[in-house]
Formats: sequence, C-alpha cells, structure tokens
Amino acid sequence: MAADRDCSETLRRAVLDAAGESRPLQLMGHGSKAFYGRACLGDPLSLAEHSGIISYEPTELVITARGGTALKEIEDALREKGQMLPFEPPQFDGKGTIGGAIASGLSGPRRPWGGAPRDLLLGMKLLDGRGQILRFGGQVMKNVAGYDLSRLMAGAMGTLGILLEVSIKVLPKPPQEHTLMLSAGDWAAARPLLHKMLIEGVPVTASYSQGEQHKLRLACSQQRVEQIVQRYGVEAVDHQVDFWRALRDQQLDYFTQKEPLWRLSIPPAADIDSKEQMLYEWSGGVRWLFSARPGSEIRSRVENAGGHAILFRNGDRSGEIFHPLHPRLADMQKGLKQVFDPEGIFNPGRHYPDY
Amino acid sequence: MHDRQTLAGEFRRMLPEECVIYREEELIPYECDGLSAYRKVPLIVLLPYTAEQVEEILRFCHQRQIPVVPRGSGTGLSGGALPHEQGVLLSLARLNRILQIDRENMQARVQPGVRNLAVSEAARPLGLYYAPDPSSQIACSIGGNVAENAGGVHCLKYGLTLHNVLQLTLITIDGERLTLGGGSLDAPGLDLLTLITGSEGMLGIVVEVLVKLLPIPQQQQVVLAAFDDIETAGNAVAEIIARGILPAGLEMMDNLSIRASEDFVHAGYPTDAAAILLCEVDGVDAEVSEEISRVREILQQSGATEVRTAGDDEERVRFWAGRKNAFPAVGRISPDYYCMDGTIPRRQLGRVLKMIGEMSKRYGLRCANVFHAGDGNLHPLILYDANNPGELEQAEAFGGEILELCVAVGGTITGEHGVGMEKINQMCAQFRDEELETFHQVKRVFDPLTLLNPGKAIPTLNRCAEFGAMHVHAGKLRFPELERF
Repeated sequence: MAADRDCSETLRRAVLDAAGESRPLQLMGHGSKAFYGRACLGDPLSLAEHSGIISYEPTELVITARGGTALKEIEDALREKGQMLPFEPPQFDGKGTIGGAIASGLSGPRRPWGGAPRDLLLGMKLLDGRGQILRFGGQVMKNVAGYDLSRLMAGAMGTLGILLEVSIKVLPKPPQEHTLMLSAGDWAAARPLLHKMLIEGVPVTASYSQGEQHKLRLACSQQRVEQIVQRYGVEAVDHQVDFWRALRDQQLDYFTQKEPLWRLSIPPAADIDSKEQMLYEWSGGVRWLFSARPGSEIRSRVENAGGHAILFRNGDRSGEIFHPLHPRLADMQKGLKQVFDPEGIFNPGRHYPDY
Repeated sequence: MHDRQTLAGEFRRMLPEECVIYREEELIPYECDGLSAYRKVPLIVLLPYTAEQVEEILRFCHQRQIPVVPRGSGTGLSGGALPHEQGVLLSLARLNRILQIDRENMQARVQPGVRNLAVSEAARPLGLYYAPDPSSQIACSIGGNVAENAGGVHCLKYGLTLHNVLQLTLITIDGERLTLGGGSLDAPGLDLLTLITGSEGMLGIVVEVLVKLLPIPQQQQVVLAAFDDIETAGNAVAEIIARGILPAGLEMMDNLSIRASEDFVHAGYPTDAAAILLCEVDGVDAEVSEEISRVREILQQSGATEVRTAGDDEERVRFWAGRKNAFPAVGRISPDYYCMDGTIPRRQLGRVLKMIGEMSKRYGLRCANVFHAGDGNLHPLILYDANNPGELEQAEAFGGEILELCVAVGGTITGEHGVGMEKINQMCAQFRDEELETFHQVKRVFDPLTLLNPGKAIPTLNRCAEFGAMHVHAGKLRFPELERF
C-alpha cells in the first residue's frame, strides 16, 4: 500500500531542534544504501514516511514526488503509462527511495545513454540546515533562472539538506529491448567491437563485460537486431530482464566477494594498468574491482587513466571512501556546506571527513 | 574609480598591445551583446590569447578590485555580457582552438571561443557531431553556451548544454585554475560542473571545455502539420509524447510567425494556418519511416488540417529554415522586436497564448510566438518601434508581464537565454527572499568580493522590495485568478 504523507512540518521542526543544539542527524530513507559512503554519527532521522507522488503528467514527461517515496512505487506508476526513470536507479535489497537515489547520485546500467540523476533532476523543494524550505529549479525541461542548485544536491550524500520533493524528467520506455552476446575473448579484445558499434549508432542501452562474457542491451525493433547481428557477427539471445536487473542491484554472483569493492569511473576507452579481474559496465566507463590492495595504489592508477575511485562496499568505512579532492575544490565544497548547513547537522562526515 | 589610461598602461605591460582596447571609439562595438536595448561602455576591453593570460588578468583585477564581465561571441539575448562602466570586459573570443577530437571516447576538447557549429563541422569527418544547437549556432561560442546552459531545437531528445559537457577548466577570480568533471561520466565531490553551467559568468571564467560527441543519425525526417486552432496543435504535441514517441525536434509557430517566415525564406508554410507543428524524427532508415507514419497518423487524428512529410533532404532543410529564421523574419515586419524566453508546462499553452493575445491588445503591440513545443519553451516576440517614444518601455512591460504569467502557471522566466540584466526584476517573481539570499551566499563562496559580472542574474533583496512595491497593488498579486505554484 503506497503511503501518501506530507511530513514537511515535522521534519522542519526536527531540523530546527537539531540545529539549535548543533546535534548531528543521520538522514535515512529505506537504509538500502547505508553501506555506501563514510560511516557517520548522529541521531537517525527517518525520511521514508514523507512519501507520495505529488503529480505525474505523462505528456509533460515529469514526475514530482516526496523524497521518501519508494522507487518501486514510482516505477510502477511510470510503467503503467509506458514510461521509466531513465537513470535506472539501483534498488539494493529491492528497496530504496527517490530521495536516496538522488542524494547518492547512483545510476544503473542505462546511465551513459539515459543520463544520471543530476541530468534528469528538474527541480526540488529542499529543507536546509536553517529550517528553511527552498525551491530551486522547477517542473519544466528548460530552466536557467538562478544558479542550478537542485542539481548540486544530486550525489551530495544528504550533506546539504533534506530533499522534500523532487521533480524528475521521465522518458518513454523502449517498446522492445534485446540482449546480445559478443564472443571476443577478454575485455581488451571485445572493446574495439563494442566501440565500433557505439560510434556507428547501434542503440545500446546497457553493457556488461566480465571475464570472457560480454552482453549488450539494445532498444530497437526485431528487424534491426537481425541487421546488427549480421553486420557485427554477434549473437542475439532472450532479453534477460532479470539479468540486467541483477546487474543494476548488484545481485550477480560476482558481487558476493568479501574483499573491498572499488568502483572505478574512467573514460570508457582508457586503459588501467591492472592485471586484476574486473566487471565492466557503461561501455567501460565504470569498472568494479574487488581488491585488498592499498587504496592509495588503486586511486593513483585510476587517476593516471583520467578517472577516480570510490571504495564502494566493505573495507574501512571510517577512512577515505570518495576520491580525495584538489584542496581548492575541497574549500569550495566546505563553503557550500556552510551556506546550506551552517551548524553541520546533516550527515557530517558521510561524504568527506571534514564536512 | 579606476582611471582608463592608467589601467590600460598596466594591462599593456602584461599583455601584447593588440589585446588591450581602451580608445573610446574602439570600445563602442562592445557596449552591448545581442540585447541591444541595453548599452554601457566598458572601462577597458581585454582580448587575451591564452588561459595563462586570463589567469594573470584575473589575479590583477582581484587584487585591484576591478569588476570583470566575461564575453563570448556577444550573441546573448539577456544582456549577460552588458559591460560594467568601471570594469574590464574580458572577451574569450581569441581562445578559439579545437584542441582535440577523440573518436574513441567520442569527446572534443575545445577552447571557449570556438563557435558552436565549428565543433560539429570538425567532428563530421569522423561521423560525429555536437548535439546542442541554439539558433545562433553559426556565431555563438561554446563558452557562452556553458555560461547560459544554452538549448536549441533538439533538447527534448539530446538535452541542454549541461547534458553534453563532461569537463570544464575554470579560472577563479583570484587566478587559480581548476578542473571540474572529467573524461569519465562522473567526478568526485559535489557536482560543481552543474553549478558552473548556466551561472552566467558569475562564479568563474571557463577557459576549456570537454564536450560529448554523438554519432550522426543515419536518417532524419520531418513532418509539417497545419492546425486551424493553436490549442489543438498543443494537444497534438501532448498526444505524440503520450504515445511514447520522443521526437528529435518538435516546434510550433503561430500565424504571425508563419507569415513572417514564409515571406522571408519561402519555406512552403501554409500561411492561413493558426499554427504549424514541425516534428523531426531521427535514427536508422527503417525505424524512422515507421515512426514518421505513426506521427502522421497521430497528427491527423489530433485534428491537423494538413500533414506534409518533407519529400527530400532539401525540403526538410527548407522546413527548418523557416523556423530557424523566425526571429530575423519577424525583424523584417517590425522596426524592432523584443524576444522573450519563458518556459511553461506544455498543457498550459492554450491558456498562456490566449492571455498573451489579450495583453497584446491591451498594450497595442503585436506579438509573434515561436515555441519549442517539445520542452515547453516559449519565445514570444514583441513587435515595437523604438523611434516611437515610450514604445520600448511598453514592450518591456508587456514582456515582464508574460514572464510573470509563465511563473504563475508553474513555469520559469527563462528557459535558455539566461537572466542577465534583462530579467533581473522577474527573478523577484520566481524566487523568494530566502532563495535569493542563498544564491548570493553561493556567489560569495566563489567570488567573495563580487567582482565577476556584478549586478547580473540575481537581484538584491532591496531591488525586489522596490519592484514588489511597484507591482503589488493594494496587496494583490498579478493574475489573482491563477492557482500559484
């Protein structure tokens, strides 16, 4: 049963109380991403009750929902109208709220072709650390009035405020999707073919490579799939909806390993100096690596390839999780924290140790 | 007060002679951007060649507390590059090199002064292009596109500038060079790249941009549909989207703009139609043909009086030429025109156009409407004659009222042209004091002395108080009959 509750006033009071005492709060939706980010202290403040879809206009391609609304509820409403959240947010353990999806900034397999949370976010109502309810952006596709502060909240890990309401651009769900298998040896051997297909405009919506297994998801007609199979010498298999969902939610066997899991974000065609096994998504733009090697070593290799690394799961959650920043950028980040949360009550330390 | 001669001397010690413009007659061409109703002569114009020179200029201006107004090609329509009389106008026009086109990663690294269209031209031999295509794309610069988060006619499917930029190299007001974003699809920390994009040169100076390139679609096809009622045309747009079609472009024009364009470029538009829709579909051959026939069917079912598919590429280009030349076409039928840029939820189109029609009668000024129908971005063009005393002021008041109407129906005062100087009062209608104050605080994080493009984009609370006093009569808001969003 979908809940429809406006708890803005309760949350505002909780924030004012906490700010008055400089008492930190840990913002919590469904807790499905509690493993992610740095461990932080503070009184848990549950946001899941503040839920419900406020408006959904399929012909405007926009949905507005309270931050605590379950992703599942949103997906169901969209599916009914043949639409979807283009960033395909993960639902770890089958859970997750729309506020958490935006705050974590995480996207699923469709990301390189469908966009990230920050790309789809049109506007929001934010509860800041002063207890003010602020509106940024709007419910329309194009809006350049004022600084784009709503998109700044995507990936901020809840450190700047509570996302009371978010408006998100949605897209038509492709009427048909198909899965292709490439047999081409390892990633290095498969990559040239994959990139050739991308440059030639093959309508890829997801990619996966691990060991010698390579899969692509396509959105196009059956007839087009047949042409693609012929042209590139690949094999079409069943659509495999469950496989792509398991990849999105990290339910594949690969993800059961116990070592620290690193998420490497690099230019898709870049090489990393590494002999280790990895799982590749986003046509190489994101790579998942289980490794007990020192973080500094992993980070420097990824940095040399023009990317950055996040200690995604496991490992020391009180250490460095997100990639260290240039000192000036770190200062700017602290300055922005000061603007939105002067008492430092929202998820202190969850993103970076010093804010 | 800074003295022009003294400062020019100092800049000439720092930069090659031709980079410093300070003689009054040479400053005049820089007194306005694309919004020529607003003019100011800058103290000095600087035209550096390199990012290092930009660093040096900013360090100097920071130390001396000299305001700096950045400028790209000067095609902006909101006065964002309007000079500061006591400041430097910093033109990025000479940073105009395409540094690299990376086919494998489908990216291009360019300097800010590179023209928008030049990127696609350079990428074309590799089968790639840069998607955002503002109507001014033959002239406007990538740096300016980033500053305004420019759109175009293909935003619905391919996004705004923001969605097509991967990395920015930014120089802070005190001259430090920073990299935001990267060749990967995300970057660590807060997403400052999104904050800088569309910030109208108020937070830093962009000296290098890494953009995303896309494969050139194999096939493009466009359908033109005529309607005898503008609201019916609006409903047809909603129906296309509801049926799961995401057109590459979806544009609407009203009768006045149809007639003006037809006279100008002879696109073959039906001049008796109340509105026309242009719907473009792209992709591979078979799929485009199939989608075009679906679009035709939907348009016919939605009450189009005529539906025409471009017979060949030449006709397709002609259909678009009418739309892309709508502004200059309107320029031919009126001594002056004033271009507005509101965005509205598309379902409000009929109501908004009706109210604009009423305003047009009340102000006694004609208004032509072109509409990026796919994403709700409305460009009313108000026709006036600046030689008639008071008419510019009337046009501005009319425009202001349209923008406030956009806000009242749940939209925004600017979809893609920026606030600049032009819409600064309407910012007071869209945002409350707490929100404006937050904007000012964000500005101070990047530019504590407020030297970068000062006075633009974000109004002071005092200004809003005065503007409000002017506009709220007896405690009544405009458009009291509308539900407020």
